[in-house]
This record gives sequence, C-alpha cells and structure tokens, in this order.
Amino acid sequence: MNTVRQLDRVVIRFAGDSGDGMQLTGDRFTAETAKLGNDLSTLPNYPAEIRAPAGTLPGVSSFQIHFADSDILTPGDEPEVLVAMNPAALKANLPDLKSGGIVIVNTDEFTKRNLTKVGYAANPVEDGSLDDYQLIEVPLTSLTIGALEDYDIGKKDAARSKNMFALGLLSWMYSRTTGVTEDFLKKKFAAKPDIAEANIAALKAGWNYGETAESFAVQYEIPPATLPAGTYRNITGNQALAWGVIAAGVASDLPVFLGAYPITPASDILHELSKHKRFGVTTVQAEDEIAAVGAALGASWGGALGVTTSSGPGIALKSETISLAVSLELPLVVIDVQRAGPSTGMPTKTEQADLMMAMFGRHGEAPIAIVAPQSPSDCYEAMLEATRMALHYRTPVMLLSDGYIANGAEPWKLPDPADLPDLSVEFATEFNDTDSSGNEIFLPFKRDPETLARPWAVPGTPGLQHRIGGIEKADGTGDISYDPANHDHMVRTRAAKIAGIPVPDLEVEDPGDTDVLVLGWGSTWGPIGAAVRGLRDRGIPIARAHLRYLNPMPANLGEVLARYDKVVVPEMNLGQLSQLLRSGFPGTDVIGYNKVRGLPFTSNELQDALEEVIKNG
Amino acid sequence: MADAVKLDAPKLKAKDFKSDQEVRWCPGCGDYAILAAVQSFLPELGLEREKIAFVSGIGCSSRFPYYLNTYGMHSIHGRAPTIATGLATSRPDLSVWVVTGDGDALSIGGNHLIHALRRNVNLKILLFNNRIYGLTKGQYSPTSEPGKLTKSTPMGSVDAPFNPLSLALGSEATFVARTLDSDRAHLQQVLRAAAEHEGSAFVEIYQNCPIFNDNAFEVLKSAETRDEAIIRLENGQPIRFGDRAVVQSGYGLEVKDVADVDESDIVVHKSDVDDPAYAFALSRLSGTELDHTPIGVFRSVERPTYDEQVRHQVEEASAGVDRKGALDRLLNSGDTWTVL
Ligand SMILES: Cc1ncc(C[n+]2csc(CCOP(=O)(O)OP(=O)(O)O)c2C)c(N)n1
Ligand code: SF4
Ligand SMILES: [Mg+2]
Repeated sequence: MNTVRQLDRVVIRFAGDSGDGMQLTGDRFTAETAKLGNDLSTLPNYPAEIRAPAGTLPGVSSFQIHFADSDILTPGDEPEVLVAMNPAALKANLPDLKSGGIVIVNTDEFTKRNLTKVGYAANPVEDGSLDDYQLIEVPLTSLTIGALEDYDIGKKDAARSKNMFALGLLSWMYSRTTGVTEDFLKKKFAAKPDIAEANIAALKAGWNYGETAESFAVQYEIPPATLPAGTYRNITGNQALAWGVIAAGVASDLPVFLGAYPITPASDILHELSKHKRFGVTTVQAEDEIAAVGAALGASWGGALGVTTSSGPGIALKSETISLAVSLELPLVVIDVQRAGPSTGMPTKTEQADLMMAMFGRHGEAPIAIVAPQSPSDCYEAMLEATRMALHYRTPVMLLSDGYIANGAEPWKLPDPADLPDLSVEFATEFNDTDSSGNEIFLPFKRDPETLARPWAVPGTPGLQHRIGGIEKADGTGDISYDPANHDHMVRTRAAKIAGIPVPDLEVEDPGDTDVLVLGWGSTWGPIGAAVRGLRDRGIPIARAHLRYLNPMPANLGEVLARYDKVVVPEMNLGQLSQLLRSGFPGTDVIGYNKVRGLPFTSNELQDALEEVIKNG
Repeated sequence: MADAVKLDAPKLKAKDFKSDQEVRWCPGCGDYAILAAVQSFLPELGLEREKIAFVSGIGCSSRFPYYLNTYGMHSIHGRAPTIATGLATSRPDLSVWVVTGDGDALSIGGNHLIHALRRNVNLKILLFNNRIYGLTKGQYSPTSEPGKLTKSTPMGSVDAPFNPLSLALGSEATFVARTLDSDRAHLQQVLRAAAEHEGSAFVEIYQNCPIFNDNAFEVLKSAETRDEAIIRLENGQPIRFGDRAVVQSGYGLEVKDVADVDESDIVVHKSDVDDPAYAFALSRLSGTELDHTPIGVFRSVERPTYDEQVRHQVEEASAGVDRKGALDRLLNSGDTWTVL
C-alpha cells in the first residue's frame, strides 16, 4: 500500500524533444488539475526553431504547471518535479530544478548516442550527478511499447504514445483522474479510433505503473482551492485577448475588422479570430504591418471596430499610420504583444520594453491611450477597456501585452456576456452647425465639449460628405489649415482629449506600517504579488499597487506616490516606467528593479530585492 | 454586394461634385484637367455623392480628394491602397477610388499596389504619372527616364524605370488601362470602363507637371508627332495608327509599316484575353521614349474579388447568429469546471 501525502502546492515541468508532445501532455495535466478544483498557472516554453534536430538542446520543449490548494499568481519559480523525456531535456532543465526535487527520466532515451549529442561524457543517471535529487528511472518508451503489444500498430507508433504513459504516471502520482483526457483523446482521434484506443491504453498503463511499481512509494494529494463560485476555464493571454476582441464587437454592436501580419508572439490572436467569423469578425492577413494597420483604419473610417495586432518590430512599422489615426481622430485598437528586442531580439521570449514606444514612438505630438493587462485572463477585460477609450474618444489605443501573458495560462472565472458594458457609439447622421448664411452644415471636427471627441460620420451618410486627412486642419470645419494658432490649439486639444479620458483610481494594497510601495505594470503583476505575499508571510509589510492605465495615468497616482518614502518599480526593461514616474512626479524616490533576460521575474528574486530596499533603503 | 456599378442616366451634375475648397495646383498642372474630367464623369456613376469615397496618399496628385464633394481621405505616403482595402472590404455599398502618383504608388507604396491588384479588391486606382516627384519639388521618380537630370541626380539618374502597366499586369491585375490628362473624351471613356469593372481597376494617367517635368508627354500631344506615337486600343479593331500597325513578332508584338504587312497579320485588339502575356506585350511596345504608346484598356478580365469573398465567408458564418448567445457558448466551450 502506498502512502498518501498531502501538499499545498507543487510545480511540475514536463520536458522533452519538440516531437515528444510535451505541450499536449501539459495541457491535459492542466485540464485534469483544473477539474479537481486546484488553482493553477502554466507556462509553455517552445524552441525558437520550428524543426530543431531531434534530441538536441535547441529542440527541447517544456511545459510548467504550478497548482495549489489556494490561489496562486505565477507558474512558479522553480519546478519541484521534472519529467525529462531525453538527455537534452534533462540537461536543459536540470539547472532550474529545486534541489532535492524529483527527476523522472525516461531511461530508454539515455543511450550513448543521445548522451553525446548533448555533450554528456557520462550518463548522469548513473554517475551520481543527480544525487542531490530524488531520481526515478522509468523506461518509458519500452514500457509503452510493451503496453501496446496487443494493438495493431507498429513499434514506432506505439512509442509515440509515451507522453500519454508519462501523463498517466504523473496523474497517479498527484492523484489526478484521467477521464477528461480519455474523452479528449476519443474526440481528437474520432477518425482514427485505434489511435485513440492506443493512447488511452498508454495513459492507463502509466497510471497503473505508478500504482504497482515499487519506485513509487508515495502518492501526493493537493486539495482543491477555495475559489469564488462560478464556471471556470483555463485560458492563455492570446486567447483571452482574441475573445476580448469578439466581446468588444458584441458590446459595441459593431462589426470587427482585424488587420494583421503574422509575428511571434501575436500570431495566435489572428489565428483565433480567423476561426470566429460567425461573430461578424473580418480578418485580413495583409502584406505587411503597414497594410494591416491601414486596412484596420480604413475599416474604422467605414464604421467598424478596427483592430490590429503585432509585436515590437511590426508596431514600429505601424507608427506612421497610428499618427495618421491620431490626426484623423478615428478609433483604432493596436495590440502589441511585446517580445524581447531590439530588432528580432528573442522572439519567443518576453519583455516590457515597448512602453516608451507606446508613449512616444510617433512623430509630432501624437499621444494615444495605453492599457496593459496584468495576467492572461485579464486580457479580455483590458480589451474591452481599450475599445471603450478608442470608440468614445476617437483615438488609437495601444494595448500592451507580452509573451509571458500571451502564452501563459490560468483559470478564468467566466464572465456573463449579459454583463458586458454598453460600448455602443452614435454615428453622426445630422448637420451639426449653420454657416453664416444660415445654411445647415456638417462640421467634422466640431467636438463634444465633454469628451473633446469629434463626430464620427461614416462614408455613406447622406449629406455629411467631408474630407479628412493628415494635413493639419482647422478645428471645427476640418479644412486644411496652416494657421500657427490653430495648430497650437489642435496639438493641445488632441493632448487634452487623451489626458481627459477617465480611468479608475489606482488601488493600493497597504497592510500599514510601511513606507515602501512596490509599483508594477503589465505582466509583472503575478510575480510581484507572489513576492509581496511571501514577504508578508514572513512578517515584512510592504504596500503594493499595479498600473493598468499607463496613459492617461490614474488621477490619484501623484497622491499615492507622495505617501511613500520609497517606490520600487520592477520592470522587464531598463526602467521605462521609472523614467516616466521620475519626470511626471519629481520628488518621488523611484527605485527600479530591472532585468531583461527574456524571462519573467521569479517571486524569490523580487522578494530579495524588495527586502533589501525595506531593510537598507 | 459589390456589383459593378451600373452607369445610369446622371441625375447629378459636375458642379455637384465640386467641394468648397480652393484648388491649389500650379497653373497649367495636368491635375486640373483630370479633376475636371473626373468631376464631370462622376454623375455617370448614378450614385449619390455619399456613396463615393476617394482615398489618396501624399503628393500633388493626392490632394485630389479635397476637391471632390464626396467622402474623402488624404492619407499618408504610399498607403492609400491599404486604407481603401479596409474600407472596400467592410463597406460593399461604397464606390471606392484611390488617387496616387508615380512616387506614391510605385516607390513607397509599391508593395501595397501589387498586393491590392493581385487580391483584386474592388478599387479603382488612378495613378497620375508625371514621371517626377512634384510635391517634393522635382526629384526623379521610378518612372523617370534613365539619365534624368534632377536636383537629386545632377549627373543623371542611373536606375531603370518601371513600366507601370507591365508591373500591374505582373501583379495579376484584372483591369489595366492608360489614358492622358489632355484627352478628356478618352479619359472619361477609360474611367467608365474602370467603373464598370468588378475588382481592382488600374488606370495610368499621363499627367503633365509644367513646373518640374514640363512636356514629358509632348510626343503624345503635339500635332506633329501624336498620330505616329499614340496607339488607340479599341476592342475588336485591328491595331493601326498613322501608317503603322501592330503585328506578332517572335514571342511578343512589334510595330511595322502597314505597307510591309498583310492586313490579316495585324493584331485585332481584345482586352478580355485571359493570358496576360498579350496585354504585357502591348505594354512593352512603348519604352521610356513613348514612341509607340498604346492608350485605352489593355486588359479587362473577370476574377472573383477579394472583398466579396471575404464578406461571403463572414456572412455565411454569421448568418442568423445571435452574437451574445454565441459568445456565451464560446466562453463555455471545451474544458470548463464549476466551483460551487
Ligand atoms: C513617409 C514619407 N516620406 C516622404 C514624404 C515626402 N513626399 C511627399 S510626396 C512625395 C513624392 C510624390 O511624388 P508622386 O507620388 O509622384 O506625386 P506628385 O507630387 O508627383 O503628384 C514625397 C517623397 C512623405 N510625405 N512621407
Ligand atoms: S508641382 Fe507639378 S504636379 Fe505638382 S501641382 Fe505643380 S505642376 Fe502640378
Ligand atoms: Mg509624380
């Protein structure tokens, strides 16, 4: 009889060759875990090359899941369990493993040839180099082939199911069920029932192996977390963003028009939206990013919700058109899924270094609104917010996601579409002024006195024909104007319009008894939250706040900053928000914590950094 | 739907298409003649003014939309086809026109031009070719003849120019035509054919810039030379001009004295020949010297339009869908679980 040990949380990483199906394995383990009511957070890690040679370090693909009996904020700093399907996976991932952690290796793949391929002189499974860990050796490939002996498939095909064997084994170890995955396999391979059966058999064999093999003395249990009641699903940032675009179309009752050009890590938004034409979503894969944003702007002009998605290099190309949209005062949502730059940089790695580009990366005085989601599921709401600002203030809005949010996943309590905000707009259909001879006329730049937004008269509206363009125009009439005073007025008016967009006040979580505030933006929300929690658990108080609105910033920001002696700003860049705060709120003692390694912060490093400031200033 | 425009008896007059803006091209600029021709042609579309949208890039020519009482956008350099693609794709009820220059369309905007043409978006693209950069005061353009002396090429330009029609044909354009600013009747005849075409219509209009490239098309305009230089293409008619004719030669076409050819060897023009090789061969008859310059409709063939097909997919998928209900189903699709 095995002993069952209770845990409150665990971090597992599945790693193998990119052909080993590790993403699927992770995805299925996640589905079972979600079903059991644990809170969780996941992060995949793909090789940058599409078909890196098998068995090599660049070919390693991994999937990390952190799950717990309470709510959690990140996919976990260091895995406590590593499943290594081959020597390359072991070599690439072992440095991250917590010391004393569990390593499960597929010994079948630790052949002399495979070992030399990744530069192991000796077999780490045998030479004692894994002594610091709990090593569990499982001949996964041969066990899988053995389990599928009675099936009418070749050895090679049988061996392919070894990921399902591993999944079954881990499911047993962590007391997961396998039913959800069995249903999934039946559906996925509906056309090939024998493949479905073989995979299910491998899955079950893995589970049974755990139950019977002596190497597995302990089985773990992680009780469900107490989460707010509701229906949940697991969702990645890109998926939530795409669904947010759909929801924005529903909430505004406008057709959605997406112009996009493929680029990592933003392409999945294009892929996802292309599947959902039934929502009146048109997707155009343009010839480049300039055409993509141009088409979106053209559709906006025509009365659609124009959206364009890209990443840093593509956003740079869109810059001139975004300025045009600023000058035309038409709605446009620009989604930047940031990646490590400059130039091609590290396309599959995350970074937050496009903030200054979003703020200032245009010619002339061309302010736009900026929103940054804080987690994968938050992308949905952030998109609705971006849409609200774009439609009601007739302005481009930049939504700053990043690779960490885009590919990471977390459970999401499903919103009810009945609760969608009303984002509907009124198009201009009537004359809005009279000329000196008393004729009724339409002035395309006569502004709403409150929002400063101009009327949106779409082509096709009888009688309101007018011309717009990037040349400076007289306020009101929209006629070409080189009048110095008018230009000064227009520049200031466009700036005032953005500055006047109402955004919610910044909320501060202050346990009292502290003069240090940690302030982040975007995807650092999870790691900062986990670090703050860790500090407080150790009795070290610290206040925290997170910026979702980067332009305009919340009205109470200055007052909040003034309350603290020190403001620590962790960013995955060299201090872009720090600079904005220093110039916007002089007198604030801003202390940046900056790293650009293409990786999210770990909560441990943030805890150390914050503690250092608290203790030593 | 994006049916080709039916050219009804006009209700509106040319003056109805004039905007209240003062026209500001240089005196004698060919753009004036084109504007007048377009303004008096537009009533023929039989559309209300609000159903027409003109989109332009940047250049002297691109000021065009400001002078028309339709919807208009003066956008950014080279990008008008992208904006027009978004508008035309999302708004089938509009007649969308692009006005561009040789620099705007062929230099900075070359990429967008070729892609709009290959997609066959329902746009009418009018390229005002003055073979110079007018607005920026006279640099050579991608259609300037080699050796062009300009401010930026004081010793003569050294790059080979584009033949805009050859480029358009190579881009899978379904409608390709050429006309002249100074020949209003011909210009309007070509505009008419372009308007009736379903899909992208590419019209090159030779336009004189008296300030920076005066008389660039003189050989096609002066009474002494034009009959020998202009080849008027007319469907069903043998291609003859002056005392010359166009005959097949090797893999292409060639100009010969009528006296030297058999009447039956003269090529009879057909703009709907499926193989673009014929129209391409026509486009190669004139070099940069414009000595034998065909004008008229080179090619006009039918192919499904991009915008129509894109809309069809969306319409088919979204017919009868209640978006809110569908969103609820989408959110709840796949693996979900309930916390009580
Ligand atoms: C991005 C950008 N680059 C350069 C310019 C400057 N510019 C304006 S028009 C033009 C060339 C116009 O030539 P063409 O398209 O032939 O038009 P024309 O003035 O001859 O009618 C240039 C280079 C610009 N407006 N924008
Ligand atoms: S510069 Fe040339 S093209 Fe431009 S307006 Fe003057 S004459 Fe016309
Ligand atoms: Mg020109």
